[in-house]
Amino acid sequence: MNTLVNYVRSLFLVELFRGMGVTGRYLFRGKFTLEYPEERAPQSPRFRGLHAQRRYPNGEERCIACKLCEATCPALAITIEAAPREDGQRRTTRYDIDLFKCIFCGFCEESCPVDAIVESRIYEYHFENREDAVMTKSKLLELGEKYEAQLAADRAVQAAYR
Amino acid sequence: MSDKKVTIEVDGRKLEATAGQMLIEVTDAAGIEVPRFCYHKKLSIAANCRMCLVEVEKAPKPLPACATPVMDGMVVKTRSPLAIQAQQGTMEFLLINHPLDCPICDQGGECELQDVAIGYGDDASRYVEVKRVVKDEDIGPLIETEMTRCIHCTRCVRFGAEIAGIRELGATGRGEHMRIGTYVGTTVTSEMSGNVIDLCPVGALTAKPSRYQARAWELTQTNAIAPHDSVGSNVHLHLRRGQVMRAVPADNEAINETWISDRDRFAYQGLSAGDRATQPLVKENGGWRPIEWSDALALAVEKLRDARAEANALAAPHATLEELFLLRKLMAGLDAPSLDYRLRQADFRATSAVPGYGLSIADIERLDAALLVGSNLRKDLPIINHRLRKAALNGGDVMVLNPVDYEFNYPLGGALITSPSNMVASLAGIARAVGVSADGAIGELIDGAAENDETNRLAARLTAADKAWVAVGALAEAHPDYAVLQAIASAIAEASGAVFGFLPMASNSVGAALVGCVPSDGGLDAVQQLSQPGKTSILLDIEPAQDCLNPAQAMRTLDETAFVIAISSFASDSLKACADLILPMAAFAETSGTFINGEGVWQRFDGCVRPLGEARPGWKILRVLGTMLELDGFDYESPAQVHDEVRAMIGDRGIDNSLDDPGDVEPWRPKGMQRIGDVPIYRIDALTRRATALQQTGEPVSALACINAALAKRLRIADRGQVKVGQGGKSVVMAVRVSERVPNDTVWCPAAVDGSELLGPQIGDITLEKA
Repeated sequence: MNTLVNYVRSLFLVELFRGMGVTGRYLFRGKFTLEYPEERAPQSPRFRGLHAQRRYPNGEERCIACKLCEATCPALAITIEAAPREDGQRRTTRYDIDLFKCIFCGFCEESCPVDAIVESRIYEYHFENREDAVMTKSKLLELGEKYEAQLAADRAVQAAYR
Repeated sequence: MSDKKVTIEVDGRKLEATAGQMLIEVTDAAGIEVPRFCYHKKLSIAANCRMCLVEVEKAPKPLPACATPVMDGMVVKTRSPLAIQAQQGTMEFLLINHPLDCPICDQGGECELQDVAIGYGDDASRYVEVKRVVKDEDIGPLIETEMTRCIHCTRCVRFGAEIAGIRELGATGRGEHMRIGTYVGTTVTSEMSGNVIDLCPVGALTAKPSRYQARAWELTQTNAIAPHDSVGSNVHLHLRRGQVMRAVPADNEAINETWISDRDRFAYQGLSAGDRATQPLVKENGGWRPIEWSDALALAVEKLRDARAEANALAAPHATLEELFLLRKLMAGLDAPSLDYRLRQADFRATSAVPGYGLSIADIERLDAALLVGSNLRKDLPIINHRLRKAALNGGDVMVLNPVDYEFNYPLGGALITSPSNMVASLAGIARAVGVSADGAIGELIDGAAENDETNRLAARLTAADKAWVAVGALAEAHPDYAVLQAIASAIAEASGAVFGFLPMASNSVGAALVGCVPSDGGLDAVQQLSQPGKTSILLDIEPAQDCLNPAQAMRTLDETAFVIAISSFASDSLKACADLILPMAAFAETSGTFINGEGVWQRFDGCVRPLGEARPGWKILRVLGTMLELDGFDYESPAQVHDEVRAMIGDRGIDNSLDDPGDVEPWRPKGMQRIGDVPIYRIDALTRRATALQQTGEPVSALACINAALAKRLRIADRGQVKVGQGGKSVVMAVRVSERVPNDTVWCPAAVDGSELLGPQIGDITLEKA
């Protein structure tokens, strides 16, 4: 009996028409693809894009070289060297994130006791040399300065959940 | 303490203990964890942190385990609700004033407070009021303070009072207002001060040289043996990315207990000095040119072949046993008898085969009397001094015969301070008072000696003691009558029933003596080698301007020597001035090897850091030189093979302090003023001299003349002025200090410091005039 049913089904291409039906239905539905780059997808304040280092409103860099981000980084993408600054404060002399290694898990941001290293909403970037893939301290601080308003607003929204 | 055994019950376990022991000692031995901050096994009990509170049955309140003696049938609960409540309460109080700055604290990650707070504290703080802030003091270049973090355990205070022997840190104020500090804002000067860094359970006292440079979790720990003195302290080196970040003590009850000297702790800084030798260098037309290893070795071999039996070699006594052995073998292969390691010895008339302490380090603290002849023990061998301090505090008499009234951190049982030239006569006086009967020239010297009250007192104490030690120190070694001093000291020891020994300075002096790094028949000793220019000389890890008895003469002689091959970790300017070829050698921590300490204990260690640049371990360099010279038996593949061969050669030979007869005892007679040139604590070897933090501690680093007020008055020299010091025809202008620690007509003028390289022998004639 089963053999007969299967024979009839395959003869009349039932499966094919069922599949075509799905395609046909979506043909008349609204599109959810975006016309990138003219159109952009909405971003969550938790978006984990390119890294940045923030400063305090008085211009002092936040990072205190505690190296928790370096310790927690599962991809070992962060390299930090620290030394006392001229005024005796603990600061980094080198802070590198290798973007080829980074998996954008956000652990660095989560571990940071002073909200210094953050992941911004930037996701459009490219490198032309291998060494460009290393985010140095100056690059990170520059990004942080540029997007501070957005970064601060996102942290404020998320404050209740952290 | 009685030896009565009692049985107690802790957390349901029956434990054996000795009556009178503190509860925490028993739980520690049984591996039962009781949190603590103020208790430390080597310090007295303060019981002021209250962290170790435990419940004891039949006691109305929880009791501190560190201050509760065990009693038979005691039932203790360390994790009962009452104990937990007490521990949590204590923890909460401790954290009230402790800042939440763990992310910037160097102790973060290895902090006892962090660990105990996690293990025994509550999970959240209820405290919302203002926290206390304490102003920091600068207590010197070695220890960084952050006193806001202090929890007043007073370990550092007790360390100063009980171990270092100088009360430098103390507590002022009470309760909330208690402060730990130096009272007056002075620098901490103890030669063991670095140990408070390990003792401090929080981040209040941390290491300044490595400040903010590494986190505990980044460091890998390796074992090493400190190469700066003959104690051979066991240390752990903490490495980060192939670089030594710090050194901390490793427990070894038989050697350094839990302490190390500041020298062993901070000298690692020298490893990254700017003048490390990183590639083979050859002198050409007065300038230096880097060359390939193969060319450098070929050149060395050519020069050694030319010289053959006329080749000279000097080895630093802090070289490893393997290096010294291979050098010995190389020289034997060349039939060259001139080889020596006793760079600071002035007199070779009589020598002891293998000079060492003569007793074990642990036995030193059980001595009833000790006589030190020419030794600034506290600065020379801080750990030995610590042991002797224990003996002194236990009622032992530590007596000294010194040319300078050195500071000791315990009361001396007697001190004879006399000019170097008079040391022989004074020692002979003691010998006569002890009742030495010797024949020959020494006997005549003793019979002719004058006794006085002090010599009699010293002699009486030495004879009365059950366990006594007569030890000849580093300053005696530089004495022109070293042989006579040794002979008399040995005779005193024999007559008074004391152990006779030496206080060798370098980490492997004993090893060098055991492998036979001394001139064989017809060979030249160190003084002869450095006074007659030869054909080819090998210098193994030596800086002639600092490491020799008579630097001016050494530099001159080496300069005139046809070819000087320096196998060295450092290419200093002074070495460049006299060497012709520098073969870069791996330094401490970069090479594996063996040290034999002053007691005769063999201690092996492995290299843990890659040698800098093209530097190679010393044993490899010597091995290749041997092979290229086509000598037999140089086909080693590992230092372990060399070690095995040395082991087999030495067998069970150890320290041997027996002496030859010096024969001629015609004493040195100074013409005028005498120099006392001791080696300051932080100028002892190339590595220490480059440890920047140690150089800032206030110990002598540059040339300095110290005279007493009578001499200053006679020469019309003002304190802190400048004087012109002359020795061997050369003169140096240096600062002058007036001190009553120096006897009449002597100038205390340290060796191995900046500026002293132009001077002559450490002990000898000297001239002084107003600059």
